[in-house]
Amino acid sequence: MNNIQQKTKELLESGACTLIIGYEKGTGGKARPVFVRKAEHAAKLIFDESCDQNIAGYLYRQEIKNESKKAIVANNHTLKSIVELASENQIHEGDFMVLAFTAEGEIIELKSFEEIEKHVATLYHGLNDEDKATMQKIEAMTMEERWGFWENEFSKCIKCYACRASCPMCYCPTCTVEINQPQWIPVPSHTLGNLEWHVMRAMHLAGRCITCGQCAKSCPLDLPIHLLTYKVALDSEQYFDSVAGTSVCANNVLATFKTEDHENFIR
Amino acid sequence: MERKLLTKDSYKLLISKIISGKYQLVAPVKVDALVDFRRIKSADEITEDYIVTVSSAKSVAFPRNEKLFGFEKNNKKLEQTDFDFDSIPHTVLLGVRPCDAMGFASLTSIFCWDSVDKIYTTRLERTIIIGMSCAKADASCFCTSVKGNPGNTAGNDLLLTKTPDGDYITEIVTEKGAKLVAEFYELFREDKGAEKEPLLANVPEVFELDGILAKINSKFDDEVFWSEQAMRCLGCGACAYVCPTCACFDIQDESHGKTGQRVRCWDSCGLSLFTLHTSGHNPRQNQGQRWRQRLMHKFSYMPDRLNTVGCVGCGRCSRACPVDMNIAEHLKSIIDN
Amino acid sequence: METQNIYLPYLMEIEKISEEAPFVKTFRLKFINPEDAESFSFRTGQFGEYSVAGVGESTFCIASAPTRKGYIECTFRKAGSVTTALSDMEEGSTLGFRGPYGNVFPIDEWKGKSLLFIAGGIALPPMRSVIWNCLDLRENFKDITIVYGAKSVADLVYKEELRLWDERPDVKLVTTVDPGGETPDWKGEVGFVPTVLDKLAPKSENTIAIVCGPPIMIKFTFPILEKYGFADDMVYTTLENRMKCGFGKCGRCNVGKTYVCKDGPVFSLKQLKQLPDEY
Ligand SMILES: Cc1cc2nc3c(=O)[nH]c(=O)nc-3n(C[C@H](O)[C@H](O)[C@H](O)COP(=O)(O)OP(=O)(O)OC[C@H]3O[C@@H](n4cnc5c(N)ncnc54)[C@H](O)[C@@H]3O)c2cc1C
Ligand code: SF4
Ligand code: SF4
Ligand code: SF4
Ligand code: SF4
Ligand code: FES
Repeated sequence: MNNIQQKTKELLESGACTLIIGYEKGTGGKARPVFVRKAEHAAKLIFDESCDQNIAGYLYRQEIKNESKKAIVANNHTLKSIVELASENQIHEGDFMVLAFTAEGEIIELKSFEEIEKHVATLYHGLNDEDKATMQKIEAMTMEERWGFWENEFSKCIKCYACRASCPMCYCPTCTVEINQPQWIPVPSHTLGNLEWHVMRAMHLAGRCITCGQCAKSCPLDLPIHLLTYKVALDSEQYFDSVAGTSVCANNVLATFKTEDHENFIR
Repeated sequence: MERKLLTKDSYKLLISKIISGKYQLVAPVKVDALVDFRRIKSADEITEDYIVTVSSAKSVAFPRNEKLFGFEKNNKKLEQTDFDFDSIPHTVLLGVRPCDAMGFASLTSIFCWDSVDKIYTTRLERTIIIGMSCAKADASCFCTSVKGNPGNTAGNDLLLTKTPDGDYITEIVTEKGAKLVAEFYELFREDKGAEKEPLLANVPEVFELDGILAKINSKFDDEVFWSEQAMRCLGCGACAYVCPTCACFDIQDESHGKTGQRVRCWDSCGLSLFTLHTSGHNPRQNQGQRWRQRLMHKFSYMPDRLNTVGCVGCGRCSRACPVDMNIAEHLKSIIDN
Repeated sequence: METQNIYLPYLMEIEKISEEAPFVKTFRLKFINPEDAESFSFRTGQFGEYSVAGVGESTFCIASAPTRKGYIECTFRKAGSVTTALSDMEEGSTLGFRGPYGNVFPIDEWKGKSLLFIAGGIALPPMRSVIWNCLDLRENFKDITIVYGAKSVADLVYKEELRLWDERPDVKLVTTVDPGGETPDWKGEVGFVPTVLDKLAPKSENTIAIVCGPPIMIKFTFPILEKYGFADDMVYTTLENRMKCGFGKCGRCNVGKTYVCKDGPVFSLKQLKQLPDEY
């Protein structure tokens, strides 16, 4: 862990960087994002299993975009998001430095999007065991049971949009829920409106969700909404051979037209 | 203050009697891995295994979506059906923490600021609050920094404190509380005079409130300070929606064909849309300004205009925040900077 | 209307619709329930929440004068969802109105003084209420001057009233349009409001100035007024902030600790200068 502190201290001291986006220990020992500008504060930075939050979204935040020399301490989720965001032209090569870790925990600098892609290729892309199990459980349900499961979950959603705010792929300046002419999605947080909101979000993340689960981790009410975007991610892989966050040149499933498309309504 | 004792058996009995009587009972229950308030049908649903519930108790008086009135349109004609005050249920709210109970005073100060929001006040009037002192606290709790404490009676009608025997010391705080005790008098025993203090959690003071109140105003123009504080804040509604004192709301119409309703639903100053003018102009353009509103509203504007501090130190906002924006820590830094 | 529900609007019938300018309309509204008409009163400067059932509520000032009883008027520009829905409504339709909310122009304090009204674009409505109010009490005031400008001749609102004011010997009306906005037969001034005001060289002695308009116009008008010696407590304006409730509860209209819906929308320049930069 200390090598992250050492490395970032050097970067800040030499002036190679003026801002490090990383993790520190927060309330009750939980990890949280931190922004370090001074070498003497590099000692705040940590990197361990607790640092599983996807922090790629900070890279396109206006306040941070303006900072010229910045580095991000990237876990595997963040790396995949960087690749996906790059493929969608939201971030650009050379605008930031990427500090990542080898499987052995060694700190490495990934100098180009190509290097990030190569590193990402060595990572596991599937779901974790818990999510796989829940997914199987849901898939084994009858339609009524499934409806019941999701109805119960959606009844809890308070529409705080923490899920959207923490998802690096939810970067639209005006989200569909914010359009009121027409009002596509009801503003109040009743079960039906919540369902519309989450189905809409899952569709907008088709082929873009990098399956980090950050949305569900952020949800104060613990809704397993990541399963919705995961399901669409699995379908994107199965039907369109597209795995988000693996290639900077990937053609987005939602934005690519192929003549051999399975659906014929488009032709 | 008058005290009674409620044995663990009569506690269960009280709950059953409340449920079978004219009240609906709202209490903390386990919802999968979380504990939150729900309307319950049996005493077995209640859990005592929580520091604080995820959501605050405010929804009893200020539900997250509330129909204000209904309407029907017929060509050029419009008919409105007023809010049905009789429909507001009589509720017993059980297991409320002292911080939450105190939060109603803040909400009331807003909903009764000159004009009285009868929908809110009637809901609150029809609610009997039975609080439960805190035996445990966590790193996010800071009630003692905002003039509360784990055994604070303010805002409760009755306050229960669990003894090591599993019985409950019952403090009768208000007239309403006394009435409830009178209604079920056979369940309450004479109090044995056990000391309450040692049964309470220890919550260290994180900051000195008067210091913050004195200094926060001078910080308004320090844009750098606020933008550094809000650097990791994502601008969502989580902190406000779980907060027992946040009262902000949006008003929206929902209709199906000719009929519909006007609804009020929670809103938050943390969201960028909150103050956005239709013209595109936004008086609060960045998250620093929006975070400033959160802290200043609670620690400057409310004390100034409504004579209430808008925070009861429950720590919910910090727990719910996806990026751990610990409010106590940020407040403390106002004094330190 | 007997209700304890502060969110329940009065039902109003649209009695008359006037097209003022492109996208700008004035509604004359009549209380459907006669008791409401009887009990309702307001003062100049106040606003209300106008609603289209199924779409929502929108905030406009009451553009008619309190001295004209039996109806209220509002003038609005088609901007977003509610104003678009309002634009589509026809005479005879019913809409909702809650109000009046907010503070007032302190016209009682202006007795015996001259008044200088300066308005730009669609900001004439809040001013129109106070202008008519003062004209209806004409003997209370000395000189009354109105400077009104818009982008183009077509954008000038209340054309009929401008004509009425122009014809009155006891009112001095100066209308102007932005350079390029004039038509061949335009007889008014050409130039931005602050420039025209400067040319007018208004006397500040015993005079109250009331300024309403787009932020940019306001920004350049204040220094001109200062140049001619208007003290900060002799200049009034109105503020606009996003509103929902109109009575200090929904939490979105505050500028620092000042709530535009309760403490405003009318502010003196003196008060304005004490507000933090949050509007
Ligand atoms: C004191 C005052 C006086 C005014 N007087 C006048 C006047 O006389 N004439 C005039 O033309 N204008 C006036 N305005 C400005 C006027 O209020 C706005 O132009 C008008 O409200 C625009 O409404 P809209 O419904 O058309 O816009 P929209 O942008 O469609 O907004 C509709 C409503 O929905 C909300 N909203 C929009 N999108 C969302 C979303 N996704 N989720 C949640 N909520 C959303 C908005 O906050 C708004 O309340 C005044 C404003 C104030 C504050
Ligand atoms: S974070 Fe949870 S409660 Fe909030 S909007 Fe998303 S799903 Fe709903
Ligand atoms: S601001 Fe946070 S700590 Fe204070 S009352 Fe609200 S949720 Fe609790
Ligand atoms: S902190 Fe923000 S959301 Fe909460 S009551 Fe104050 S202004 Fe409203
Ligand atoms: S403080 Fe946390 S919960 Fe509140 S708006 Fe910011 S990110 Fe969301
Ligand atoms: S409009 Fe709701 S508080 Fe001012």
